[in-house]
Amino acid sequence: MTPLTAALWSIGALLGVGGLAAALARGGDASRFIYCLCGVLCLILFGAAVVPRTAVALTATLPLGLPWIGAHFRLDVLSAFFLAVVNLGGAIASLYAIGYGAHEKHPSRILPFFPAFLAGMNLVLLADDAFSFLVAWEFMSLSSCALVLAHHHDAENRRAGFIYLIMASFGTLALLMAFGLLAGSVGGYSFSAIREATLGEYWKPGLALALTLLGAGSKAGLVPLHIWLPLAHPAAPSHVSALMSGVMTKVAVYGFVRVAFDLLGPPAFWWSMPLLTIGAITTVLGILSATIQSDLKKLLAYSTIENVGIIFVALGLALAFKANGMALPAALAFTAALLHVFNHSLFKSLLFFGAGAVLNATGERDIERLGGLIHSMPRTAFLFLGACVAISALPPLNGFVSEWLIFQAVLLSPSLPQWSLKLLVPAAGVALALSAALCAGCFVRAFGVAFLGRPRSITAKNARETDLWSLAAMSGLLALCLLAGLLPSYLIDTISPAARAFVGGHVPTQGDIPWMSIVPIAESRSSYNGLLVFIFILFSAFLSAWIVRLLGTHALRRGPAWDCGYPDPSPVTQYTGSSFAEPIRRALGHVAFVARDHLDMPPPGDTRPARFGVEIRDRVWDYVYSPIQMSVEFGADQLNKTHFLTIQGYLTLVFIALVSLLLVVAIWP
Amino acid sequence: MGNLSFDVAHLFAGSLVLVSFMLLYQDRMSGLINIFTAHAVILSFSVGWQAYIQHSPHLFVTAAIAIIFKAVMIPVSLQRIMERLRIHRDIEIIGGIGVTMLLGICLVALSLVVMLPATAAADPLAREDLAFALSVVLLGLLMMVTRRNAISQVIGFMSLENGLILAATGAKGMPLVVEISVAFSVLIAFIVIGIFLFRIRERFDTVDVQELDRVRGGRR
Repeated sequence: MTPLTAALWSIGALLGVGGLAAALARGGDASRFIYCLCGVLCLILFGAAVVPRTAVALTATLPLGLPWIGAHFRLDVLSAFFLAVVNLGGAIASLYAIGYGAHEKHPSRILPFFPAFLAGMNLVLLADDAFSFLVAWEFMSLSSCALVLAHHHDAENRRAGFIYLIMASFGTLALLMAFGLLAGSVGGYSFSAIREATLGEYWKPGLALALTLLGAGSKAGLVPLHIWLPLAHPAAPSHVSALMSGVMTKVAVYGFVRVAFDLLGPPAFWWSMPLLTIGAITTVLGILSATIQSDLKKLLAYSTIENVGIIFVALGLALAFKANGMALPAALAFTAALLHVFNHSLFKSLLFFGAGAVLNATGERDIERLGGLIHSMPRTAFLFLGACVAISALPPLNGFVSEWLIFQAVLLSPSLPQWSLKLLVPAAGVALALSAALCAGCFVRAFGVAFLGRPRSITAKNARETDLWSLAAMSGLLALCLLAGLLPSYLIDTISPAARAFVGGHVPTQGDIPWMSIVPIAESRSSYNGLLVFIFILFSAFLSAWIVRLLGTHALRRGPAWDCGYPDPSPVTQYTGSSFAEPIRRALGHVAFVARDHLDMPPPGDTRPARFGVEIRDRVWDYVYSPIQMSVEFGADQLNKTHFLTIQGYLTLVFIALVSLLLVVAIWP
Repeated sequence: MGNLSFDVAHLFAGSLVLVSFMLLYQDRMSGLINIFTAHAVILSFSVGWQAYIQHSPHLFVTAAIAIIFKAVMIPVSLQRIMERLRIHRDIEIIGGIGVTMLLGICLVALSLVVMLPATAAADPLAREDLAFALSVVLLGLLMMVTRRNAISQVIGFMSLENGLILAATGAKGMPLVVEISVAFSVLIAFIVIGIFLFRIRERFDTVDVQELDRVRGGRR
């Protein structure tokens, strides 16, 4: 049994579990059983992805789908990598859900779709012809949409589901057209046929790339197609939002890589420019929007947008280097992108799990109503802090490694021959640096306001630590984050076959370097050793703690909170999330959104308090989606009149249509 | 023989188009039914002639169906319906007969322009037949568009269907099953429409479809 057959059987089994869940979900304690099954199947799929160490691609054809064509599946180094990412995320999400799903009031709305969603994502990764790819892609979209709509009694969730559905259909449409263009008039829809065909003319590959960027970007969350993420992620249950954010956006990245690096053929240098530009804009706008959010899951969703931007910048760099035949820098950027895919899937899942644990314990997503959770949920707080450190790209955790590699690739940009790229890449690098700094600020705020200080609401005060299953899942993720940060050399070596296959070069083998350092280019240029940094941090931290305890008092004291001199014990006097974000909102807010402060000052003699309010509107909504919405509504209004025609009117329409078609036939040369 | 058969087929098909024109301007209800009967009779002659020159006896069955259903049963029952609805002496107001006729001429020209180049490789007999058949279909549609009375619209629909039969018999080798099923579907459509006519009449005291639109709140 080859790994591919094992994978396909497991995907079939996942679909079967979905059907089983639909049958079982009504009766009692099915959710634990179903999530266990999902977890086991994900582990099998993970194994199938990890076991083959060869660069040889496995293929299979199933008699499904279009008659005479069938469905083609292929497991190569790239899909194996993404398969591993998806199923690691899926297995841990299932483990988390064993605990988290017990609190679910309506498990029958989630259980059947969760395995289906996992199966859909896996199928996208294995598909080897455009038809199965698109079917799997749409299956993934629809099953996740069903999960977003799990709590559909809330009008906001219905809106989120609707917008998600629209964006997903738009993305699939764009991808459909891209594949149509790639297949050409001959219509070879299998990827091997597309690979062999050359698009030839100058505009065709560019158009196909643009359509793929639209299609994959709408799923991954590139600005301005990101609007569904901050709506859909809070709406879905937390383990699903972790999957959607940490894993499904990566499937979209896979789709883009598959087309741009594989199917489109040799790249032109200007392909990288839209990627770099859009990626940089996405990064900055994403993290700026995240910084001002007070809804914890919305904040995480915006941070996902930022990370997707980072990945796309790295992919753009890889394309630029590849187009210029610079194999090593291209491999570096490509490796960095894939490594960031892996890393982001780990810490973003962990963050969403933490947010889910907080949501379960307090019923709150708004960080302005949390606070002090470190006392009531110390373990969750520690794990969440770890993920915050990782996503802020602080060594020794894994976020640092991939972002550091991306910066290494950015620093190689002066050797690019094109002046446009020489100017654009450092600008994108500046955007990355800015967003890295803002990201740290954003997560200091998220952790500080939600977990530190005093509780701002009764529910936050009465919070309980989350269950053991969830804690186990989160601890596993943090351990993986730490491992990936300490031993990145093995991950880089794992990615290098993919880099060799897709950009034609690879980063020097890292596993042989002593002391587990990573040296992406040359020793003289830069190297990083996570293990040493970790040991140093541990050592210096313990040393300073020891010295402090040695010099200071041993007694543990708990004093009253400092209240700026006012004897008001209310927790409202604490520094809030909005206060934390205010300087950034003032300084940079106008880039990303329209923030309008308004002051409601009572007239003299009125004793009611004055109120400050902030109104924040997304520019993307104002400039992109509102016009689209207005034109659609206008068109619908116009077409609506045809619902009220007379019988003769309808007959006349038919008549005119027929006659004009005949006229076309008559006039057509 | 070759020339004669072509000329006779041409004659019948051309007469069918001519009768379609007569249907277009006829505003008396009973006259309309009589002309429709003539339409059906000419169709059956045409089909019969095709059966004779193509040596395909099953087309005689088609011709018989056309005579029995379209030239006898449907006109008789339409007449009875009209008598029961007391509209057999009505005169329908048709706006702009001249314009309608001109439009009809344009449609015939259009169908010739479309059909003759499109079927350049086909048998000349079939070509002419198809062109005439398309004209009859378009004229039937035009009649449905220009009439306001439900019965005239039904007759327009029936004449349109006659055009389809003409086209089908002109092209050799249409199976009998298709003919019969088309004939029956038309009959069923006729029955359904007849029932609806009575229901409409019961409700609104008229079969003028404009009244229906008024009830539906239609806009002009």
